[in-house]
Amino acid sequence: MCYPPRVSAAGSLPDPETPRHTAVVRVTHWITVIAFFALLVSGVEIVISHPRFYWGETGSVRTRPLFTLPIPSSRDTVPTGYGYVMPDQNGWSRSLHFQTAWVAVLTALVYAISSLWTGHFLKDLFPAPEDRTWRAFWEVIAKYLHRAPPKEAEAHSYNVVQRIAYLSVIFLLFPLVIWTGLALSPGFDSAVPAAVNALGGRQSARTLHFFGSGALLLFLVFHVIMVVLAGFRSRMRAMITGRTIVPRERTLDRIGERP
Amino acid sequence: MSPISRRKLITSGLAATAGVAGLTAAARVAQHYGLIPPDHGGLYGPGQTLTYAAQRLLTAHSLAREFPRGMISKVPFANETPPPTDLFKRHQASGFSDWRLSVDGMVARPASLSLPDLKSLPFRSQITEVACEEGWSYIAEWIGTPLIQVLNAVGALPQARYVVYFSTDSNWWESIDMADALHPQTFLTWGMNDGDLPVSFGGPLRMRVPRQLGYKSLKYVTRLTVADSLKHFGKGLGSAEPENGYAWYAGI
Repeated sequence: MCYPPRVSAAGSLPDPETPRHTAVVRVTHWITVIAFFALLVSGVEIVISHPRFYWGETGSVRTRPLFTLPIPSSRDTVPTGYGYVMPDQNGWSRSLHFQTAWVAVLTALVYAISSLWTGHFLKDLFPAPEDRTWRAFWEVIAKYLHRAPPKEAEAHSYNVVQRIAYLSVIFLLFPLVIWTGLALSPGFDSAVPAAVNALGGRQSARTLHFFGSGALLLFLVFHVIMVVLAGFRSRMRAMITGRTIVPRERTLDRIGERP
Repeated sequence: MSPISRRKLITSGLAATAGVAGLTAAARVAQHYGLIPPDHGGLYGPGQTLTYAAQRLLTAHSLAREFPRGMISKVPFANETPPPTDLFKRHQASGFSDWRLSVDGMVARPASLSLPDLKSLPFRSQITEVACEEGWSYIAEWIGTPLIQVLNAVGALPQARYVVYFSTDSNWWESIDMADALHPQTFLTWGMNDGDLPVSFGGPLRMRVPRQLGYKSLKYVTRLTVADSLKHFGKGLGSAEPENGYAWYAGI
């Protein structure tokens, strides 16, 4: 060993040569970012053609909606209360939406298989046994609320709140939007009717798809806010190059320690 | 940066070669089994092709969901109004007694069928959902002559790969592959909810393709053409919708 192991409360600091995020995590992260924006923009355009939501199997302007978005529509058949009809952008929006959905799902598949292979889920995302308590969870929240500066170790490992948030996105929200999206496909439903029936019908699937996407958007907003608070440059650098910024003196220290 | 190890280099090289070879082979196989849609070119071609190929493999023997009578929508939404052409109005005034469906292309016996001719073929009914790509949907009972009955009557040739169908409006035409054309739920529909098919819902004759979105269920059908290629119809993208950016295959 070149230098003695440093032990901190949050575990040992890793070798600075080990990337903070593996190449697979970094590449799939940024593909997902691009895909998410394409899905968001095209999804909003699709919603504009019918900004009314229903529950159950069927629903149209002739039936009562569950709720209506207070926006104009790109169809003159939808009563919105606005005196004008938005330009119809549904064609390319739909094509972009489905093509990007393929990109996102295939990327997710690469990420999931690689993460199972490398143990990323168990190692980096599932909370450590001692953190699986409400107390541990609230301690992190309290620290956030007091704007306590993050410890050095936190640049190398996720805390329990981050872990729960990422796990929820990976194992709940993404599967939910993929499932509800597939349930909107009449072809897929003919092969797997349970996909839509289990959700309570086509219109329920559409409404859940909308809420699932909204939850992902909410996650994105908080994620970006937290990245900015934690140090935008260092966190971006870690997700792009894989490296964290090692404080200057310590780098010199370590060079001095080399045999 | 650590130098790239030899093992890594060899593995990535092999993976890349396998990937390219795999894609080329996949494209050949897809072409052979008819998994390439007519709108496979262009910016969104890869997505359209993936969706079409995946769903063709998945839906080889699938049936659209049928619903109990109690789920029929009490107030279905008709969406488009009938084409206000003089010719259509004259047909409407005479109760569509002169309405003809011409069938041509790769068929042994081209025909021009009246509505009674169509109704004399074996007919069926289905309670299925119309799902518009905009997001709304309704359930109705559809009564009609399965397209396969018409294709059998005119003797569709074995080379047939697509059925192209035209509305009264020349800008409004669609096509489906044989998997959907021969599908037991693809109807030339002339009845709805125990009555004649209302004009607002596509009467006197509407194509119903319940495994695809509503825009494939073309209204006011006047002509069918059986073809082995879609290259010479419109811009060659398969139907009018892809010319506006929509997918030709609408099972999505």
